[in-house]
Amino acid sequence: MKEELEKRIVRTPDGQEIEVEPLRDYYCEAGPTVQTPEYTGIIEKFFNWARAESLWILGFGTGCGAIEMRPLMTPRFDAYRYGIQWRPTPRQANLFVISGYLSVKTLKRVIRSYEQMQNPKYVVGLGSCTINGGMYWDSYNTIKRLDQYLPVDLYIAGCMPRPEALLQGFEDLKKIIRAGEGEGANHYAENFEWYKANQKAVIHDWDMPDYNW
Amino acid sequence: MQQLQDRLWQSFPLGEWDERRENLAFVTVRRDILRSLLQHLRDREGFTHLVILTAVDWLEEGEFQLTYLLHNRDKAMDLGVRIRIPREGASMESIHDLWPTAATYQRELREMFGIDFPESPGVNEEFILEGWNDIPPYRRDFDTLKYAEENYVHRPGRETRDPAEYMKQQLYPDGKGNS
Repeated sequence: MKEELEKRIVRTPDGQEIEVEPLRDYYCEAGPTVQTPEYTGIIEKFFNWARAESLWILGFGTGCGAIEMRPLMTPRFDAYRYGIQWRPTPRQANLFVISGYLSVKTLKRVIRSYEQMQNPKYVVGLGSCTINGGMYWDSYNTIKRLDQYLPVDLYIAGCMPRPEALLQGFEDLKKIIRAGEGEGANHYAENFEWYKANQKAVIHDWDMPDYNW
Repeated sequence: MQQLQDRLWQSFPLGEWDERRENLAFVTVRRDILRSLLQHLRDREGFTHLVILTAVDWLEEGEFQLTYLLHNRDKAMDLGVRIRIPREGASMESIHDLWPTAATYQRELREMFGIDFPESPGVNEEFILEGWNDIPPYRRDFDTLKYAEENYVHRPGRETRDPAEYMKQQLYPDGKGNS
């Protein structure tokens, strides 16, 4: 546990002593909950259509695949015409593109970012590294299967996939969401213990709350 | 380069001199003269830039080889100074007071090779790895495949093919390729 995360007493500028316990003070302890559809079929369908047309990607490049996002943002491939845009913070995003290999160190940040995103949220695994480790299959610090740690809605194969492949993947993701099958966040909540056990098995210096949002 | 060698020979008992190009050479020295040699090269010979400090694991000989690569901007010349230290309980004197950047290299070597540099600032802090629980991963007796198999879940069904053979088979299934 890092020093700044431990419970301690700090002195304020005017001499007051207050007790600080960062893990309790800064985070909510409640775990994720399953969100069931609240409306009748036709309204949920309308919602799903609306969700599919608003894919906001978290601008977090985890590996070399992040380089494929730049042409998508720029006029040549212009993903914005499909209703896709990038956001700088997890609070404003609903799609997490894991762009390439994921080292254990990055996985920790990815989990924190994913849990801070708001429901409904989707995960796309980009490139063969997220599928089976790719060329890092024997590496000591990259994970081999993304779906062990996060609920993946869609994989885009390739090393690296071209921007066209990503656009095709986003179109496929839209179909999944419109069909009401983009239930990754609920899947994560239902199997929370399993995901946490997997995550903790590879992240040896776990120094964050079990769920942070 | 020859002139440099001659000048250095006057003051230092150098070991093997390995000249790769007219502007790149490696010299092996004893551990006890390393520091004075580096200081001499920096202050008198114009090798003001520490390009890299790196290690090689000579597992069979039970030694680590450290290479201090120095650069002389005025003459566009590189000189690598090599020393050998025992692998068992590997430890080396820090040179962070000669080049502050050395502290970063030494921190990396401490983590990835397990070579200690006492008194180097922050040398025991984590550098790249977090929560590492095995022997340092750049050591040659560290089996990265075994570690990966024990620690990560692999997706079954992964196949490995020789690309040239596989493409030949795909393109010319009857074996009548033009090669």
